[in-house]
Amino acid sequence: MRNGTDRVRRRVVFDLTDEQKDIQRLVRDFAQNEVAPVAEELDREKRFPYEIIEKLGKLGLMGIPYAQEYGGGGADTLSYALAIEELARVDSSVGITVAAHTSLGTWPIYAFGTDEQKAEYLPALCSGEKLWSFGLTEPEAGSDAGNARTTAKLEDGEWVIDGAKQFITNAGTDISGGVTITARTGEKEISNIIVPQDTPGYTVEAPYRKMGWNASDTRPLAFDSARVPEENLLGPRGQGFKQFLQTLDGGRISVSAMGVGLAQGALDQALAYAKERNAFGKPIASFQAIQIKLADMATEIEAARLLTYKTAVLKDQGKPFGLTAAQAKLKTGRLAVRCAEEAVQIHGGYGYIEEYPVCRFYRDAKILTIGEGTDEVQQMVIARALGAA
Amino acid sequence: MKICVLVKEVPDAAVEKRMDSNSMRLDRSGEKNLNPFDTHAIEAAMQIKEGGAVDVEEVVAVTMGPESAVRALHKAVSLGADRSVHLTDDALADSDVSATGYALAQVLKSESPDLVLLGQQSDDGECYTIGAVVADHLEMPSLTQVIKIDTAADKLTCERQAEYGYDTVEVTLPAVISVGDAINEPRYPSLKAIMGAKKKQLDSKGTGDVEIDASKVGADGSRTRVLAINPPPAKQAGEIIEDEDTNETVEKIVAWLDERKLIA
Ligand SMILES: Cc1cc2nc3c(=O)[nH]c(=O)nc-3n(C[C@H](O)[C@H](O)[C@H](O)COP(=O)(O)OP(=O)(O)OC[C@H]3O[C@@H](n4cnc5c(N)ncnc54)[C@H](O)[C@@H]3O)c2cc1C
Ligand SMILES: Cc1cc2nc3c(=O)[nH]c(=O)nc-3n(C[C@H](O)[C@H](O)[C@H](O)COP(=O)(O)OP(=O)(O)OC[C@H]3O[C@@H](n4cnc5c(N)ncnc54)[C@H](O)[C@@H]3O)c2cc1C
Repeated sequence: MRNGTDRVRRRVVFDLTDEQKDIQRLVRDFAQNEVAPVAEELDREKRFPYEIIEKLGKLGLMGIPYAQEYGGGGADTLSYALAIEELARVDSSVGITVAAHTSLGTWPIYAFGTDEQKAEYLPALCSGEKLWSFGLTEPEAGSDAGNARTTAKLEDGEWVIDGAKQFITNAGTDISGGVTITARTGEKEISNIIVPQDTPGYTVEAPYRKMGWNASDTRPLAFDSARVPEENLLGPRGQGFKQFLQTLDGGRISVSAMGVGLAQGALDQALAYAKERNAFGKPIASFQAIQIKLADMATEIEAARLLTYKTAVLKDQGKPFGLTAAQAKLKTGRLAVRCAEEAVQIHGGYGYIEEYPVCRFYRDAKILTIGEGTDEVQQMVIARALGAA
Repeated sequence: MKICVLVKEVPDAAVEKRMDSNSMRLDRSGEKNLNPFDTHAIEAAMQIKEGGAVDVEEVVAVTMGPESAVRALHKAVSLGADRSVHLTDDALADSDVSATGYALAQVLKSESPDLVLLGQQSDDGECYTIGAVVADHLEMPSLTQVIKIDTAADKLTCERQAEYGYDTVEVTLPAVISVGDAINEPRYPSLKAIMGAKKKQLDSKGTGDVEIDASKVGADGSRTRVLAINPPPAKQAGEIIEDEDTNETVEKIVAWLDERKLIA
C-alpha cells in the first residue's frame, strides 16, 4: 500500500526535465527573434516561411521526436509539444507547418515504414530539407474519412492512383517531397501509399485562399493514373484506416499544443496592451472587467496546457492516450478561439487592425476547432470512449 | 590552443530582480539561465576554434557556483564547449568579487589555458570586474569590453569598445579577455546538442582539488561587507519630443543640445 502511494507521488511530477526546459527556451528564443519580426509580413504576403524552416531544420527542430539514427532529435513527445506551443505562441502558420510535417507527414513513415522506407525518406524529412504531407481528407470524405473515394489499383507491380484530396498541408511548397495518402485498394480496403512529389499523374493544385494560416501551404491534390511502385505501400495492405486513426491521435497532441500556444500568445499580447493602454485616465488593466478576462484566460490556458502535456506524457509512457488527446484537442481549440476573441476585445479597435498580432491570431484560431478532427468528431471519440453508444 | 570560458548562472532576464533585505543580497530564487554575456564569450571561443587561424584543442567552460550551476555548464556545452568544470564547495558560499576571482583563478591554473574568455558583466552582480581579478591572480594581461578578436598563433589583435571610442590593442597569450555583447551574435544550441549536453565530461571540484586557501574565500574570507542597500536615486524625468514634423523635431533636438552646450 505504502509503496503504491509512493509510486503515485513520484510519478505526478509537473517539473520539466532539463532538456525539456532547454528545448522550450530554444524555441521560445527562436520564435521571438526569428519568427516574430516577420510573422505579419509573411501572413500579409501569404509567403511560405522557407528561411525559417531551413533554420529550424539546421537546429534539429523538424524531426524532434524521432530517433537520432534517422536524423531525428531523439527527444520525447512532450519536448515536441513544448516546441510547437512556443512557435504557435508567436505564429500559427510556422507552427502548423512544423506540426503537420512532423506529426502527419513524417510520423506514418516512422511508425509504419519498412527499414528501407525509413532509411530512404526520414533523414531528409528530419533535417527539414524536405517536407512531407498526409493526404486523408477528400471532397467527399472529411469527418467521415473512411469514405475515401481515391483508388489505387495494382497493375504490373505498380499502384495506379485515381482521385482527389482536399486541404492538404505542406503539399505544394518548393521543398515538398511528397504525400502519404489513404486510398481504396479494394472494395472494403483502405491502404496508405507513399506518393513522391514528381510522380507523373500527381498534380498539386493552386493554394486555397484561407481565413488564416496564410503563410502555411494548403492545397487540393489530383491523381490521374498516377503510378508508384508496389513497394510504396506503407504498412500492411488494408491497414490504412487503422493507421490514419493512430496518426490523427498523435497529431492531436501537437494541434492541442498549437491551441495552448495561440491562446498564450493572445494573452501575452492582451496583457501587455492592457498595461499600456489608458482610458479614463488609467491603464485599462486596472479595470475589473479587463482583469476578469485576463484572469480567466490565464486559468483556462493553464488547465488546457496540463491536459495537453498529460497527453504527451501518456504517449511517451506507451500508455493509451486517444481519449485524452481528443479531450485536449476539444478543449484547446475552443480555448484558442475564445482567447483570441478576448484579446481582440481588450485591444478595442486596434485589435481589428492587422498591425496588431491579435488580429492575425483571431483569424488563425478558428481552424483549430476544425482541422485534424472537428470538435464534433472529438466529442464523438470522447463519448465512444465513455461507453455511450 | 586551449580556451577556458568563464560562465555564470544568473536569474533569468524575465525575472524581476529584487534585493533580499535580510541577507542584503540579490534574491536569486526563481528561474535561472546562463548569463547572456557569457553566451557571447562562448561564441567568441567557437569562432576562434572554427575560424581555422589557430588550432584550438578544446574549449572548456568553467563556473563557480552552487549545485544548480551545472545547468549553466550544460548550456555552455550545448553551445559548443567540449567539456566543463564546476567549482563548488560550501566554503565558497558568500564570496565577494575578489574572493570569487581568486577561486576562479585557482581553477584556471589547474587547466593552464592559453586564453581565458568571459563576459564583460554578469546580469546579476554586474561588477564588471571578475576578468581583471582573475588576470591579476594568473599574472596575465587582461582586456575588457572587447568586441573584435583577430587571432594569430601567439597573439591576438582586439578591438575594445570604450566610452570615448575604440581601441585596437595587441595582446600576447596567455591572456584574459572579457567580451562585450557587440562582439557577435551567439548561435542557438541545436536540439542534438541539448540532448547530448549531459554526456559531455563535467568535472566537479572542491576547494581542496585546486589548492584554494579556504581563509581567502567565503563569507569570512571576503574583505568587503555590505553595510546597507539603497535604491538608486530617481532619475529626472526626461523630455519627450513628439515627432510631428521632422524638421521641427530636429530643430527642437538641436536647440535642446545647444542649450546644454553639448554641440559646438
Ligand atoms: C487549413 C486546413 C488544413 C488542413 N490540412 C489537412 C491535411 O494536411 N491533411 C488532411 O487530410 N486534411 C487536412 N485538412 C482537412 C480537415 O481535417 C477537414 O476539413 C476536417 O477534418 C473536417 O472535414 P470536412 O471539411 O470535410 O467537414 P465535414 O466532415 O463535411 O463536416 C462539416 C460539419 O459537420 C459536422 N459533422 C460531420 N460529421 C458529423 C457527425 N457524425 N456528427 C456530428 N457532426 C458531424 C462537422 O463537425 C462539421 O461541423 C485541413 C483543413 C484545413 C482547412
Ligand atoms: C562590494 C560587493 C560586495 C559583495 N559581497 C558579496 C557577498 O558578501 N556575498 C555574495 O554572495 N556576493 C557578494 N557580492 C557579489 C558577488 O561577489 C559577485 O556576484 C560575484 O563575485 C561575481 O561578480 P559579478 O557577477 O558581478 O561578475 P562580473 O565581473 O560582472 O562578471 C563578469 C564575468 O565574470 C564571469 N563570472 C562571474 N562570476 C562567475 C562565477 N561565479 N563563475 C564563473 N564565472 C563567473 C562571467 O563570465 C561574467 O560574465 C558582492 C559584490 C560587491 C560589489
